[in-house]
Amino acid sequence: MFWKKMFSDKPKVESKEEKQSFLQKLASGLEKTKSGFVAKVEEIMTGRKVDEELFEDLEEVLIQADCGVETTLFLVDQLREKARSEKITESTALKEILVDEIISLMDGNADTLKTPQDKPYVIMVVGVNGAGKTTTIGKLAHRFKQENAKVILGAGDTFRAGAIEQLAIWAERTGVELISHQEGSDPAAVAYDAVNAAKARGSDVLILDTAGRLQTKVNLMSELSKVHRVCVRELGRELDEVLLVVDATTGQNALSQGKLFQEAVPLTGIALTKLDGTAKGGIVLALANELKIPVKLVGVGEQYEDLQDFDPKLFATTLFGEGEYEE
Amino acid sequence: MAFQNLSSRLQETMRKLRGKGRLSEKDVDEVLREIRLALLEADVNYKVVRDFIALVKERATGHDVLSSLTPGQQVIRIVNEELTQLMGGSQAKLTMSPQAPSVVMMVGLQGAGKTTTTGKLGQMLKKQGHRPLFVACDIYRPAAIKQLQVLGEQLDIPVFTLGEEDPVKIAAAAHRHAQSYNNDIVLIDTAGRLHVDEGLMNELVNIKNEVEPSEILLVVDAMTGQDAVNVAESFNEQLDLGGIVLTKLDGDARGGAALSVKAVTGKPIKFIGVSEKMDGLEAFHPDRMASRILGMGDVLTLIEKAVESVDQEKAERMAARLQEAEFTLEDFQDQLAQMKKMGPLDELLGMLPGVGNIKQLKGLEVDDNHLNKIEAIIHSMTPEERRKPEIIRSSRRKRIAQGSGTRVQDVNRLLKQFNQTKQMFKQFSGSSKGRGKKGMFSLFQ
Repeated sequence: MFWKKMFSDKPKVESKEEKQSFLQKLASGLEKTKSGFVAKVEEIMTGRKVDEELFEDLEEVLIQADCGVETTLFLVDQLREKARSEKITESTALKEILVDEIISLMDGNADTLKTPQDKPYVIMVVGVNGAGKTTTIGKLAHRFKQENAKVILGAGDTFRAGAIEQLAIWAERTGVELISHQEGSDPAAVAYDAVNAAKARGSDVLILDTAGRLQTKVNLMSELSKVHRVCVRELGRELDEVLLVVDATTGQNALSQGKLFQEAVPLTGIALTKLDGTAKGGIVLALANELKIPVKLVGVGEQYEDLQDFDPKLFATTLFGEGEYEE
Repeated sequence: MAFQNLSSRLQETMRKLRGKGRLSEKDVDEVLREIRLALLEADVNYKVVRDFIALVKERATGHDVLSSLTPGQQVIRIVNEELTQLMGGSQAKLTMSPQAPSVVMMVGLQGAGKTTTTGKLGQMLKKQGHRPLFVACDIYRPAAIKQLQVLGEQLDIPVFTLGEEDPVKIAAAAHRHAQSYNNDIVLIDTAGRLHVDEGLMNELVNIKNEVEPSEILLVVDAMTGQDAVNVAESFNEQLDLGGIVLTKLDGDARGGAALSVKAVTGKPIKFIGVSEKMDGLEAFHPDRMASRILGMGDVLTLIEKAVESVDQEKAERMAARLQEAEFTLEDFQDQLAQMKKMGPLDELLGMLPGVGNIKQLKGLEVDDNHLNKIEAIIHSMTPEERRKPEIIRSSRRKRIAQGSGTRVQDVNRLLKQFNQTKQMFKQFSGSSKGRGKKGMFSLFQ
């Protein structure tokens, strides 16, 4: 019963007001992106002749939006090609093509959290330091709790001072259970206990926190592999989700994070956090184009409900201020 | 290693220049285009890149450069100088107020590393003989206060908290507390906030007006993209920053943020965070960082690190023993311990000129675990064995391997490498010319 409720097909079980308020937040969160990135695109793309200068200006704007050199060149080349083949000379027409390109780039690369098959539904959350892992877990816990799921959190960040307490506060706030060891203990042991507790207590969802680590630290990355291995072994199957949490203000380093974390654990998706502060959304494009790991969740604020499924169309249209969602 | 990607791209480009006896303006243009791309890929702000390229171009295409005997070298020198300039010219120190206590405010976005940096800075100041006081003003993030308390306990630095009271009041009370408890530096850890969050930005302004800090440090994550500039600009506008701390430089961040924030705000980068450990905060030296980026090495920092962590007496004793070729595994053990004190190996290697370019080292992950293994093996030996490794025969080897949790092959390898190293030192002391440094380097693999 809970499963159906939790992940029924779209549309989500959400009151209209909630939907509205999230959209408003997304819109205002993307306001910065709009005023920075999109305004510049508009400026370039309105009433100008389509020539090499225009493409160069566009290149500049895309790079400034953290789209990355490779993705930028890819997009601009795509546009150049289309302009030539379709003999487009008017810049406004070109803008529409750009929006379409951006949507199609992201569309093939969007997904939502997997539909649960077995209990417990296990999510492992990984990422670099300060990306927002623990906060994302708090929000996820709240979301599942709202669906009346029995949730357990595993405090796998045994390294950073105060990390266990931080998760404990989230557990208390959201009213879910917590499995924790002492600071400095073995995270794999926490994972072992958490999975077994989730099984023994008949929990619906287990969300396992891990310590933030830079993707270049080989030792820490193999520790992460080990934690994952232990979970899989104790669970007897692959985890339902392994989410990489990425700070949206991150630049091109997000690509390196994706690549190297993917080598250590089988990532199933990306949760993009702090999208409310950034003046750019371009890293979403770079991630979609170069990594092919689907963005599944986006965080646009500090409230519980500010973590939502990623919807590329909504994202692109809100970004360009088109369609019904604009305030 | 920090800046690695940027660094290797720039070095690649620079190599093309090096051998050239004659440069045309076209050559310079081509190189500049590559530098431009390298900088952009490293997240350096677009406008900053444009200005930088224009500056270098102006200087590099001058008559005296192109007609000089080594134009390639000249261009490299110009890039190096401008890069240094871009990052702040000379090293900037923490500003103290003439009358104690000096107040330092740490500000920044969520997850930049403010609390951790506060801890590191506290330890650094304490080492210099100060009596810092931590102040927990992050009342929003769950357990942020606890995090600072744990750090305070670890470092034996007092932490001032008032629970979830108004941060402005906490700061003011902490200031009074510091005066009466004789703390000469007050480090205020504030909550992470978005630069566009008006309410929370006002809170910072109020704290600033209340306690009149001598230093406001903006903590910036080195992995931040093009937005770093906006963040820095807007914090600077509202608070008039004293300087910037760049964190998480131990990853493979391309460090473009570092190059941009100084250029845009005019405020210097004062410290950089280079490891997760509490001693992982360094003063930022623009010139040294520029040459690290261009692959010219940073021997100065390496020497400083050595001086800081090496026991002078021991080192002299060691030198004497080396000359007599009496180097034993005990000495080797000491040496390892001292090296470990200096910091992670890959960081040290990055400071050696040219190491970034050595083919055999490319893609090699220097793993401190190997050192731990070696230490474990030596620990499992008897003192006699350490002094006379030649007595270690097969049954001893088996025992040592078992004792240290390694395999006999590992023990064999260590002994072999030790012998090679010893041979090498013999050559050193015999004739002043050494023959290769293979022995020690192969230990890292």
